[in-house]
Amino acid sequence: MAQTTHPPGTGGHAASGDGSNRRDFLYLATGAVGVVGAASAAWPFISSMNPAADTLALASIDVDLAPVAEGQAITVTWRGKPVFVRHRNAKEIEQAKTVNLGELRDPVADEARVKKPEWLIVVGICTHLGCVPLGQKVTDPRGDFEGWFCPCHGSHYDTAGRIRKGPAPANLVVPTYAFTSDTKIRLG
Amino acid sequence: MAQAQASKFKNPVVNWIDSRLPIFTMLDHEYNHYPMPRNVNYLWAFGAIAGIMLVIMIATGLFLAMQYSSHTSLAFDSVERIMRDVNYGWLLRYVHANGASMFFIAVYIHMFRGLYYGSYKAPREILWILGVIIFLVMMGTAFMGYVLPWGQMSFWGATVITNLFSAFPIVGDPIVTLLWGGFSVDNPTLNRFFALHFLLPFVLLGLVILHTAALHVCGSNNPLGIDAKGPQDTVPFNPYVTLKDGFAVVMFLIVFAFFVFFMPNYLGHPDNYIPANPLVTPAHIVPEWYFLPFYAILRAIPDKLGGVIAMFGSIALLLALPWLDTSKVRSCKFRPIYRQFFWILAIDALVLGYAGAMPAEGSWLLIARIGTFYYFFHFLVLLPVLGKLERPLPLPNSISEAVLKGAHAKSMEKA
Ligand code: HEM
Ligand code: FES
Repeated sequence: MAQTTHPPGTGGHAASGDGSNRRDFLYLATGAVGVVGAASAAWPFISSMNPAADTLALASIDVDLAPVAEGQAITVTWRGKPVFVRHRNAKEIEQAKTVNLGELRDPVADEARVKKPEWLIVVGICTHLGCVPLGQKVTDPRGDFEGWFCPCHGSHYDTAGRIRKGPAPANLVVPTYAFTSDTKIRLG
Repeated sequence: MAQAQASKFKNPVVNWIDSRLPIFTMLDHEYNHYPMPRNVNYLWAFGAIAGIMLVIMIATGLFLAMQYSSHTSLAFDSVERIMRDVNYGWLLRYVHANGASMFFIAVYIHMFRGLYYGSYKAPREILWILGVIIFLVMMGTAFMGYVLPWGQMSFWGATVITNLFSAFPIVGDPIVTLLWGGFSVDNPTLNRFFALHFLLPFVLLGLVILHTAALHVCGSNNPLGIDAKGPQDTVPFNPYVTLKDGFAVVMFLIVFAFFVFFMPNYLGHPDNYIPANPLVTPAHIVPEWYFLPFYAILRAIPDKLGGVIAMFGSIALLLALPWLDTSKVRSCKFRPIYRQFFWILAIDALVLGYAGAMPAEGSWLLIARIGTFYYFFHFLVLLPVLGKLERPLPLPNSISEAVLKGAHAKSMEKA
């Protein structure tokens, strides 16, 4: 191979039989370096699309729970997303606690989803494709399990925000929050 | 070596250019003398119509972009300003918005033409695959364009569609964050969608050029699905096809103009005239009509990942079509059984489209499921099996024989 393709008079050693192997190796090595180079050049471009520092720095927010009466719910915006704060009544807490975990698609006990049983705090975004479920107003449809109902493709959530029926794969997400006093929370 | 090529053009300027860059020779070859099967019907005009639509979209889009602001706090109002204050802004926007629909109508007819006459079969596989890629890029472009006016449908359409990617395990959520550039669809998302919406039509233009280049290697198929065997089977592109296509384009533009001037919002959704509100999802969100069959497939599957895979799969399937159809006969004209299934598929697509616009409950969900099943059944089972079992009708010997019926054709062949 190398003997026939090599122009005469340029480096006789390449014609010594193993030249083509060596050349193949050099091609591959050059190619590999090229791929690594292209990938590292692409990285800043791709990375620039991820959330920027100011977006990430979106401050945490404080929410005063005092005005929310039992049975009521409010929606607050946090990091551009709605967060549902629901003041559950005794019946709703009871419903959430007595469910047999074996029946749940995403089994989590109610106790693990709340800090105080009367306050359920979840991100108000359906885990299917991101619509905002209905159920914050008393007049809204709340689905078969009296929590929330997502009209987009029909997901039903219970009074602990757990998925019970419909296409959504997971429970409504519980955001990071802490009680800063008896009636105040800080989200984030 | 370094000598100008000889050129046959009489005009000295054309000749001078052509002998240095043979672009006139190329055009003359591809759009003047280029042989077209003499029997192509009006369905063959939809490629040209789609091409014209792309030009119209780029032209109107460019001028809209001069007035549009891609910031969440300005976008909606800037579109309203285009509608009310910018000279002819209403016209540019209505032509662009309805143009997207007309573009899809043209492309869907173009694709079903290919399905009916077997235009995807050897040697036109790459031509067909390029077409499917064009279709995918078009869908992406239209989706991102619809987000730009930043109405309720823009916002929630963007939310639902970007969330599709979250269905994939592990990589899903990072991909969605990467698409959004944040924690939800927000200003960074709108900005990048505008940049991409501006870019992709030019990518489309490049793909269309490749598509036509691949076409001109083997030439157009025709209603009989048999190859042209010589000059007696063809006519020169110009004037025969330029005029025929031109007439079809004018007819199509009349329908287009009817929408633009008499029912410009008919194909749109009124909720998109409500500014985007991240806290309230409209009661019933639907995509633009041209995505409805795929939306129906997505919702038909009761599992998130499954639905997403079925939806993408229904399009990816088309890439494999040249190998799924095992019949050697191209045109449906000579495939009596397949022809009937073709029409069932066409009806299935319409039914899926209708089901996609209805709430995904009760009987509509059931209909969408049956339609989805049939869609996959058609491509994955019927096509491979039918090609083996069906007995095609006898093919004519040549296009001219079939078209000119005997005696006259013989005399042409001698000539
Ligand atoms: C393949 C071609 C294209 C398709 C299918 C397409 C599709 C769309 C759609 C569906 C909309 C939303 C219309 C509405 O509801 O108001 C839109 C808006 C827009 N497009 Fe395009 N487009 C294309 C090409 C372009 C190009 C080439 C540009 C710029 C150079 C552009 C710039 C814009 C702008 C600025 C808007 C927002 C204004 C508006 O909403 O009318 N488009 N596009
Ligand atoms: S987004 Fe809620 S059910 Fe699909």
